[in-house]
Amino acid sequence: MHPVGQKMKSLEIKAVTDNLDTVLDFINEQLETMGCTMKNQIQIDMAVEELFVNIAHYAYKGGVGKARILTGEDTGSREPGILRITLIDWGVPFNPLEKKDPDISLSVEDREIGGLGIFMAKKVMDHMDYSYEEGRNILTMTKKVC
Amino acid sequence: MLNIKKTLSEGSAEVVLEGRLDTTTAPALESELKAFLPSVTDLVFDFEKLEYISSAGLRILLSSQKTMNRQGSMKLIHVAPEINEIFEVTGFSDILTIE
Repeated sequence: MHPVGQKMKSLEIKAVTDNLDTVLDFINEQLETMGCTMKNQIQIDMAVEELFVNIAHYAYKGGVGKARILTGEDTGSREPGILRITLIDWGVPFNPLEKKDPDISLSVEDREIGGLGIFMAKKVMDHMDYSYEEGRNILTMTKKVC
Repeated sequence: MLNIKKTLSEGSAEVVLEGRLDTTTAPALESELKAFLPSVTDLVFDFEKLEYISSAGLRILLSSQKTMNRQGSMKLIHVAPEINEIFEVTGFSDILTIE
């Protein structure tokens, strides 16, 4: 899945919202080694939160399954300072990138509560990629952080 | 972790949030608001010590804004630039009153 020689740290964890802090600590540790700004950290945490919580809530249809999170600097890229994060689950096939974006130009009354999470994640990350392989949802995202 | 400090007086409420408003902490804020919002006409959120907000937090702000549009006013004060950026990306800066 990743080019040879790319060092990615990996965390495998029960996909439940109670584990959100553990997931974000794992990501933030990586961000610290890359010297990420607070602004970038908030945005990346937010994207990871939305996607992880989505797996916790929907991937296993009310049951509990696991998620694997991989992160590291994208050494396959010509540019330095690019963070790469991959989220994997073994739940129902779901491509979050196909989800329709909410209309953010609507007034308060017309705006829907919810449906924002994935849109926010897409907005703050530079690139997102989805594939379904061997029974796994694989979502990879990158962002230039320094 | 999210600390919620609220001051209520004669229809106005000031809610000071400290820490992270995310999936795990949002329910506590939601139930607090549910309890006192019906009697409030003037709602202020102080975000000076808020470090992080996710869509779970934005959802609460949107539903509070909807409620307050019907019965009074709502504003956010002392919003840090990093949090403000999230409001801009999501179009929330157009529907919230940020001072």
